[in-house]
Amino acid sequence: MDSPHEQHRGSNISLPERAYRIRRNALRMGEVQGQGYIGQALGVADILAVSYFYALRYKPEDPEWEDRDRFCLSIGHYAIALYSALIEAGILPEFELETYGTDDSRLPMSGMVTYTPGMEITGGSLGHGLGICVGMCLGLKRKKSSSLVYNLMSDGELGEGSTWEAAMSAAHHGLDNLIAIVDFNNQQADGPSTQMLSSEPITDKFAAFGWFVQRVDGNDIDAVRDAFDQARSHKGKQPRVVICDTTMCKGVPFLETREITHFVRVEPDEWEKALKVLDEGRPQ
Amino acid sequence: MSRVLEDRARQAHSLRRSKYDPRRPVASSERKTTSAMIASIAGDDVPTIAAPFGNALTKLAAERDDIVGMTADLSKYTDLHVFAKAYPARFYQMGMAEQVLMSAAAGMAREGFTPFVTTYAVFASRRAYDFICLAIAEEMLNVKIVCALPGLTTGYGPSHQATEDIAIFRGMPNLMIVDPADAIEIEQAVPQIAVHQGPVYMRLLRGKVPRVLDEYGYKFELGKAKMIVDGQDFLFVSSGLMTMRVLEATKELAKEGVSCGVLHVPTVKPLDTETIVRECTRLGRPVIVAENHSVIGGLGEAVATTLMREGANQNIFRQIALPDEFLDAGALPTLHDQYGLSTKAICGSIRSWLK
Repeated sequence: MDSPHEQHRGSNISLPERAYRIRRNALRMGEVQGQGYIGQALGVADILAVSYFYALRYKPEDPEWEDRDRFCLSIGHYAIALYSALIEAGILPEFELETYGTDDSRLPMSGMVTYTPGMEITGGSLGHGLGICVGMCLGLKRKKSSSLVYNLMSDGELGEGSTWEAAMSAAHHGLDNLIAIVDFNNQQADGPSTQMLSSEPITDKFAAFGWFVQRVDGNDIDAVRDAFDQARSHKGKQPRVVICDTTMCKGVPFLETREITHFVRVEPDEWEKALKVLDEGRPQ
Repeated sequence: MSRVLEDRARQAHSLRRSKYDPRRPVASSERKTTSAMIASIAGDDVPTIAAPFGNALTKLAAERDDIVGMTADLSKYTDLHVFAKAYPARFYQMGMAEQVLMSAAAGMAREGFTPFVTTYAVFASRRAYDFICLAIAEEMLNVKIVCALPGLTTGYGPSHQATEDIAIFRGMPNLMIVDPADAIEIEQAVPQIAVHQGPVYMRLLRGKVPRVLDEYGYKFELGKAKMIVDGQDFLFVSSGLMTMRVLEATKELAKEGVSCGVLHVPTVKPLDTETIVRECTRLGRPVIVAENHSVIGGLGEAVATTLMREGANQNIFRQIALPDEFLDAGALPTLHDQYGLSTKAICGSIRSWLK
């Protein structure tokens, strides 16, 4: 299926290849720091590939172009993942990847609008993004803009009460220009999110709040793409959410199986190994 | 185990209640009523202006179509209903949800709008702090947070008495804090805070708001402290409704031959340090900071720190402020007498310091 946007049509680079490159950028940044939220970045790479190379409308040379679709990173610690996508999208230059998390870098470990081109909001204090998006959607409607607002959030973030204030508000205001993406990796700092403060049954919750809900395998690019299409073309005057079940560290099997993946420990000699494993699995 | 827990629970309960038990007997004819959220701070013979904030915002909105109004179920109690009636399409009722109120205001500001956001000061400062801090202040967004019931302006009790709002907000980078004295100042402040690039927290007096400052030919300038009257014996440094009160006290005390100056500091952050240091050192007068706020973390401590930092701490320094306590419920005039904010109480404090 073709992208709804001219800018993505006819590209000879496939979405799996984009996801591979995003993962590769993330691993290289992780190597610079010797740490990072690499598990999340690898897990969410397929969603970002679909977002930045299929679904979103933007101009790489003008990240603040008024008619762009807004992509908000509510989960600030996923910045490493978003930088990887912004580099692949040509919004950030590749060489800056080596500055990740260092002094004077435009790529701090937690995503902030004040630092980085292409970063729409300051995330990190979880539970902020969806509410900010409600305001952006109201503002865009006031401006009679056709731009969409995407909010990438996480399952752990669903524990924040403010997320549900925003969810109720989005439905109340009929925000059909809002697409929330929940990265459901079932991991948070102290363990599996479903054992910390379970948000299940999550599809029922969002539906009860008045949202158009889909739940897909977030590492199945075709499924994510189809869900984004449906979210966009859905006729209901209601906000949309795509819950994406993902696997932390996806694409690097020896990391996927580590018990603690929220802030996955990677030994100095393992970065190269991880890159090698990733390269071996590069899509043909 | 369960017996110990029961005893502890009873002990905790009696500790909480001890302050009110037994009740002070008061003749029913003396009892004033609380008036909940709409208690007026205006005395009976004071001229007032109705809903100065709502009317000023409505007037400004005619010139600036980027202005929108947002509230968390408190438009009527923050005078925003005037704007809502005039510009229904530019008014956003966000419901009783202060966190999304502040976040959504940030989103609106990101899209180029200038939201004026209203709720009560307690909810903005205590409940929505993180959202104002990260979503609004960190990004230096043009959100103007205008909050009713600052300090002790309701007798409803601690749930609605924002006695520490300035202490909370002073620590937030980028946030400007404005505490206007009367209706005239609110009317003048609205367009100026709208022009200011960045977030502003303004303490609101709502309903029938006294008009006082036009009598003194005063003009509000954002960021500026101004001498309203001069005097030899004491210098009041004040903000908000306490400026109105110290002006009244100054008149009373003049009858007794006591001459007081009044330096009004409506912009609490950033402070006009130059004017404050100049006036607080001039004439060697005792400096009395009067504020409708806790003695902790408000204008008093801000002025004291400024004077210390500038090496200008030579004079006697006193604070007229609320105690570091959860305050009683009751009728507002009673509470203002009790906690030292009424004109009568201010005069009493000054007389005791004269001895």
